[in-house]
Amino acid sequence: MSTFAVEHPIEASPKRAKAIRRRREATPASVPAVRRGDALDVSDLPSYGFGTRSLMWWGTLGMSTIEGVGFALMILVYFDLKASARVWPNEAPPPDLLWGTVNMGLAFLSMIPNVLANKAADDHDLRKMKFWLVVVTLVGLALLGVRWLEFHALHVKWDSSAYGSAVWVLLGLHTFNLLTNIADFIVIAALIFKGPIDGKRFVDVAENTGYWWFIVLSWIPIYVTIYFGARF
Amino acid sequence: MSDGMTAGRLRAMWAQHALRERAGAVVGRGEGLFDGPGWGSKAAHALAKTWADKPGIRGFLKANDHKRTGKRFIVTAFLFFSAAGLLAALMRLQLAFPDGRIVGPDLYNQLFTMHGTTMMFIFAVPVMQAMGIYLVPLMIGTRNTAFPRMTACAYWLYLLGALTLWTGFATNTGADAGWFSYVPLAGPEYGTGKRVDIWNNLVNLTEAMGLMVAVDLATTILKMRAPGMSLRRMPVFVWATLVASIMIIFAMPSVMLAANLVQFDRTFATHFFNPAEGGDVLIWQHLFWFFGHPEVYFIFIPALGFVSTIIPTFARRPLFGHTAVVLSLIGTGFLAFGLWVHHMFATNLPELGKGFFTAMSMMIAIPTAVQIFCWIATLWTGRLHLRVPLLYVLAFFVILVLGGMTGIMVGAVPFDLQVHDTYFVVAHLHYVLLGGAVFPLFGAFFYWFPKVTGRLLDERLGRCEFWLFFVGFNVTFFPMHLLGLAGMPRRIYTYGVETGWGTLNLIATIGAVTIAVSMLLFVVNVARSRISGERAGDDPWGAPTLEWATRSPPPPFNFVALPVVASRVPLWAREADEPTHVSGLSAQTREGLVTTVLDALPDVRYSYPSPTIWPFIAAITVVLWLYWSNVTPSGMWYGLIPPAIAFIAWYWPTKKETAEQLLLQRRP
Repeated sequence: MSTFAVEHPIEASPKRAKAIRRRREATPASVPAVRRGDALDVSDLPSYGFGTRSLMWWGTLGMSTIEGVGFALMILVYFDLKASARVWPNEAPPPDLLWGTVNMGLAFLSMIPNVLANKAADDHDLRKMKFWLVVVTLVGLALLGVRWLEFHALHVKWDSSAYGSAVWVLLGLHTFNLLTNIADFIVIAALIFKGPIDGKRFVDVAENTGYWWFIVLSWIPIYVTIYFGARF
Repeated sequence: MSDGMTAGRLRAMWAQHALRERAGAVVGRGEGLFDGPGWGSKAAHALAKTWADKPGIRGFLKANDHKRTGKRFIVTAFLFFSAAGLLAALMRLQLAFPDGRIVGPDLYNQLFTMHGTTMMFIFAVPVMQAMGIYLVPLMIGTRNTAFPRMTACAYWLYLLGALTLWTGFATNTGADAGWFSYVPLAGPEYGTGKRVDIWNNLVNLTEAMGLMVAVDLATTILKMRAPGMSLRRMPVFVWATLVASIMIIFAMPSVMLAANLVQFDRTFATHFFNPAEGGDVLIWQHLFWFFGHPEVYFIFIPALGFVSTIIPTFARRPLFGHTAVVLSLIGTGFLAFGLWVHHMFATNLPELGKGFFTAMSMMIAIPTAVQIFCWIATLWTGRLHLRVPLLYVLAFFVILVLGGMTGIMVGAVPFDLQVHDTYFVVAHLHYVLLGGAVFPLFGAFFYWFPKVTGRLLDERLGRCEFWLFFVGFNVTFFPMHLLGLAGMPRRIYTYGVETGWGTLNLIATIGAVTIAVSMLLFVVNVARSRISGERAGDDPWGAPTLEWATRSPPPPFNFVALPVVASRVPLWAREADEPTHVSGLSAQTREGLVTTVLDALPDVRYSYPSPTIWPFIAAITVVLWLYWSNVTPSGMWYGLIPPAIAFIAWYWPTKKETAEQLLLQRRP
C-alpha cells in the first residue's frame, strides 16, 4: 500500500470527518492527492488552509515566540534589578492598580469578539466576520486608551531610577505589540471592507485573532510583574 | 461559498471542473498548463517564464528567489570575511615585534572590535543561514522558501547594517568596545560619541535579519518538504538548519533586548546599567552570553550538517547512525542554552552556580563525540574519495578536537581564572570557530559550488589552498596557547621586549600571512573556475540528496516536477511502488505545495508571493528609523511611520494577485 493512501474526511462518516478536520494537521487535505501512474496529482488540493495547515500560522508562531522570549527576559531583568536593590521601588510609590486592572478586564472581555471573529473566519461567514472584526478593533483601541492612563499611573519616570526604566520598558514592549496587532486588525478590516477578497483573507483574520491571544495572555505575567512586583 | 457543501456535491464539482477549466481561466484562454516531468515540455517553458525575475535594476531589487537571495548573502558575507581578515592581518603585523608602531591604541581598539563584530555578526551567522536559504528548498524538493519576501528584506537589513558599521569605521567612528561590548565601557559615561550607537544598530539589524531568516527556514522545513520526506527521511543538513533556526528564535531576542537597553541608557537616560541609580552591569553579561553561547552553536550546528552531508558522499555509503547524529544535533541545541555563565567565571557569581555551568560545559562533549564516532564509522566502512571537500572535513576533525580539549580546560573554573582574557582564550575560540565552522564551510563551498555555478572548482589549486590554510592556521593560533599561558592579555595593542613574547608572536604573524596567501588562492580559484572551470553536470559527486536531482545551476523554479521521496538517500535508492513526482501545480502562476509536519503528506497548494519592491523599501525605512532615534529621541516614534507604511504596502495584495487567487481557489 502506498504511503499516500490516507484516510480522508470526505470518505469518512460525518462524525469521523469532523474529528479528522478538527485535528487539522493530522488530516491530509480536504481533497487527497491522487495517484496517476508515476505522478502524485495535487491539482485538487485546497488552495489555502487554517491553523497549522497555513504557513503564516507557523510564521506567526515563530514571531510570537520571539516576542515571548523578549518579554520573559525583560521580566527577568526586572527581578534581577529588584534582587540587587536595597529598596524597591526606589523612592517611588507603587503604580496605581486601577487602570492596569481595568485593562486586564478589558483584555479578557476582548476575547469574546476575538473568538467570534475567528469562528466567523473559519466558517467563511463574511458578514459576521466584518462585524466582529470591527468590535475587536474597537475594544483594542479602548485598551490602548486605558494604556495611556496606565503610563500616567506608574508614578515614576524612566530616567529617575533603574526601577522606573524597567517598568517603562516592560509596559512599552507590551504596548508596542498591542499597537502593531491593532494596526494589523485595521489594515485587514480596510482590505476586507474594500473588497474584492479571496479566501486567504479569512485565514489572515483567523491568524490575527490567534495573535491576539498572545497579546492577552502575555499581559498576565507583565501585569503581575509591574503592579505586584512593586508591592511584594 | 456556502458552508453546507456536502461531500457528494464537492465530488460532483471536481468532476465537472476539470483541471482545464481551473487554470484555463487563469490565462483567460486556451488550456491551463500544469507542471510535470520533462525539461523540454510546454509546461517547463511556462514555468521558466512564470518564475523568471524581470531584468534591470528594478528586477534586481524586487527579486525574491531563494537562490538569488542566498547567493547575495553568501557573496556579501565572504566580502566582509575578507575585510575582517585584513583587519586581523593588520593586528598581527602590529604585534609581530615588541613595541610595534603601526597603529595606535585607539585604532587598535577599533580593529579588534570590528574584526570580532564582523566575523560573528556579519560573517559567521549570516553565512550559515545563507547556506540554508540556498540549499534547504533544493534539498527538500520545493520551489522557494515559505516567506521569500521576508528573506529578501532580511538581506537588505543585513547589508545596510553592515555597510553603516563599516562606514562608521572608515570615518573614525568604528565601534571600539569589543565584540561583546561590555557595559559600563559601552554605556553613556565611557562610550561617548556615536561609536557604540552604530554597534547597537548593527546588532539590531543583523539579529532582526537572523530571526526573520530563522522563522522562514523553520517554516519551510516543517511544512514544505517533498511528499514522502517524513522527518525520519529528512537530510541531516536540513535537520541541522532546523535546530539552528529554533535556537536562533530563542537566543537572538536576548542580545536584541540587551542592545536596546544599553541604547535606551544612551538615548533616553534610563539606568539599566548605572549602579548609582540601582542598575546592574552584570545584566548585560547575562543577556549577551545567553545569546552569545548558543550563537557559537548555531554557527557550529549547520557546519556539523555540512560534515554529515559531505562524508557519506565521499565514503560512498549512507551515514552510519543517522538517528544518533540527528538526536545529537538536537541534544547540542538544548545543552547550548545551559552554558552561558562559563563566559562569566571571573565575575562574583555564586561558586555553586559556576560548578553547574562547568558540568554542563563538559556534558556538551557527549553529543559531539557521538557524532564524531558516527563519522569515523562511516569513513571506516566506506570507500573514500579523497577530494578537497573531504580534506576540509578531515581538517575539521583535527582542529575541532584540539579546540574541544582546550574547551574542557577553560570549562573548569580554577583554570579559567588563570587564563581569562589572555591569548589562551583567543587560541581556544579560533580553534573552535575556524575548526568547527570555517573549515567545514570551505568544504561545503567546494562541495556545492558546482551546483550553484554549474562548474567545478579546480582540484589542484584547491589542494594547495587547503594545505596552506591548514598549516597557516595552526602556525597562527597554536603559539597563542603558549602566549596565553605565559600571561599575554588579549586586546593589548603592543607589548615590551622584556616580556619575551616576541618570538611566538612573530611565528603567529608568519602563520597569518600564510592564511592570507591561501585565501588569495581561493579567490583566484573561484574567479577562474566561475568562468572556465570544468562543466559539472547535474550530479558531479554522485551524491544522494535531492539538490543533485535538478540542473546545475538550478532553474528559478528548482524542479520541473516536485520530487516524491521514499528513502533517506533518494538518489541512491528508490522504492518501486511509490510515485516518483508531483503533478498538477499550475505552471502559469508561482504555485507550490504545503505538506504535513511529520509525514510530509500533500496537504495544501500554496501561492508564493510575487516579487515586489516593498521589502527593499521597508529595510531602508527601518534603518532610517534606527539612526533617526539615535540622533533625536522623538525619532523613536515619528521614525516608525515610514516602516509602517512600507509594511502595509508590502502586505496589500494587488488586483492581479487577488484575481489569480480567486481563480485558483479551492476552499479547504
